[in-house]
Amino acid sequence: MTSTNPQQPGIFAGLAAIARRDILLAWKRPGDVLNPLFFFAMVCTLFPLAVGPSAEQLIFSGPGVLWVAALLATLLSLNTLFMSDHEDGSLDQMLVSPQPLPVLALGKTLAHWLISGLPLVLISPLLALTYRMPGDVVGVLMLTLLLGTICLSLLGSIGAALTVGLHTGTALLSLLILPLAMPVLLLGANTVSLAAGNDIYATGIWALGAYAVAALSLAPYATAAALRISSE
Amino acid sequence: MWKFFHHLTSPPHYYRVGATLIPWLAIPGLALIAYGTYAGLFLASEDYQQGDAFRIIYVHVPAAYLSMLAYAFMAFGGGIGLIWRMKLAHAVGAAAAPLGAAFTFLALVTGAIWGRPMWGTWWEWGDPRLTSELILLFLYFGYMALRSSIDDTAKADKASAVLALVGVVNVVIVHYSVEWWSSLHQGQTLFKKGGPGMDADMLYPLLAMIFGFTLLFGALLARRIRTEVLFRERRTRWVRELVLAPEGGK
Repeated sequence: MTSTNPQQPGIFAGLAAIARRDILLAWKRPGDVLNPLFFFAMVCTLFPLAVGPSAEQLIFSGPGVLWVAALLATLLSLNTLFMSDHEDGSLDQMLVSPQPLPVLALGKTLAHWLISGLPLVLISPLLALTYRMPGDVVGVLMLTLLLGTICLSLLGSIGAALTVGLHTGTALLSLLILPLAMPVLLLGANTVSLAAGNDIYATGIWALGAYAVAALSLAPYATAAALRISSE
Repeated sequence: MWKFFHHLTSPPHYYRVGATLIPWLAIPGLALIAYGTYAGLFLASEDYQQGDAFRIIYVHVPAAYLSMLAYAFMAFGGGIGLIWRMKLAHAVGAAAAPLGAAFTFLALVTGAIWGRPMWGTWWEWGDPRLTSELILLFLYFGYMALRSSIDDTAKADKASAVLALVGVVNVVIVHYSVEWWSSLHQGQTLFKKGGPGMDADMLYPLLAMIFGFTLLFGALLARRIRTEVLFRERRTRWVRELVLAPEGGK
């Protein structure tokens, strides 16, 4: 093993390098970052147009709509997670690198979350206000979305790794990821609803946090295994 | 013992053993189902609350149980195939998925038919088991979709095995999260906890149906694995000899 070599950079160097590279790539092509955000805003706009602008309806449906829109927007950005790496050969470089693959996969996922998850969390208050969500509930919404997008990025990286190199588009990825993402949506949206109804909502936050921790420790291994299988 | 096991997992050997195994599973299975159907419809007494409508449990319960057993076969098959690189194990997973999806669908349909007279609605989002079962159906669809979109069989085997294993973890989380969710939305549970026990004349047909369905599932699975093995080994010599044999592949 080369890991005893003192010249070998530590495992977090690889993670940081991958994440930095992906963020730089996204910075150079801001469209890829902005399009899912516009999609998010658009879905949130469509809903009041479809069901009517009455205040009580918006207050009632706001948490659910915002969460579903966030889930779909994340899904939209997942399709390309490993695609360009697969096409230009950087994925093969990652596979043969002495760095552990799960850590590199975690670096990719971290970058994905910073590029697509975090902006979603940051613009969510703006859309929540149009749904007449009170300030403290907006805080709960942001907290659940923060934990939830971490879960979704990690789960999504498994799906993206399984489908990399297949020319099937987003439909297959959605079919794989949505059943896995349902508990996240269910916990997230209902926690916000509970907070909006002045109910005890801490259970949902803890459960989402537990999900995020479990996903953080398990998903990179599944993603790494899937990447190896996909690039055989 | 170990040698026997190893022998069984070789595709040509399984193909032969499977042929003798299927009638041993199918005939008792069908006999039990025949008894269970007759006893369940005619011998079991009416439920004092639900009347004759309860009789659908004789299909519903075995279907719901097999929907989960098939998933276990799929995930265990995938896991064994990934760890020990056993070709037959992957074939088990591939063969179990459509059966599992069919039983899940059957459980959902019979549940809906049962729900109509009992709850007054075909579908009740508030019931955690219905929602979990629906998500299970989607998991099966995802598994089969992934498998069919990868042309290379070996790659499809491994990728779908990873998905099935991730799904196992998910099924548990789905179960608990849906239970938490439905406890928010409904006051009372639909079935009383520790409710009335079942009379023997109701229980025995149900047990017969559960065992009968399980044996039938085993027979169908064994048959599907046989077909799967034949298809996967289509370029090998033993399949060629089998097909060209005078009996025509019996």
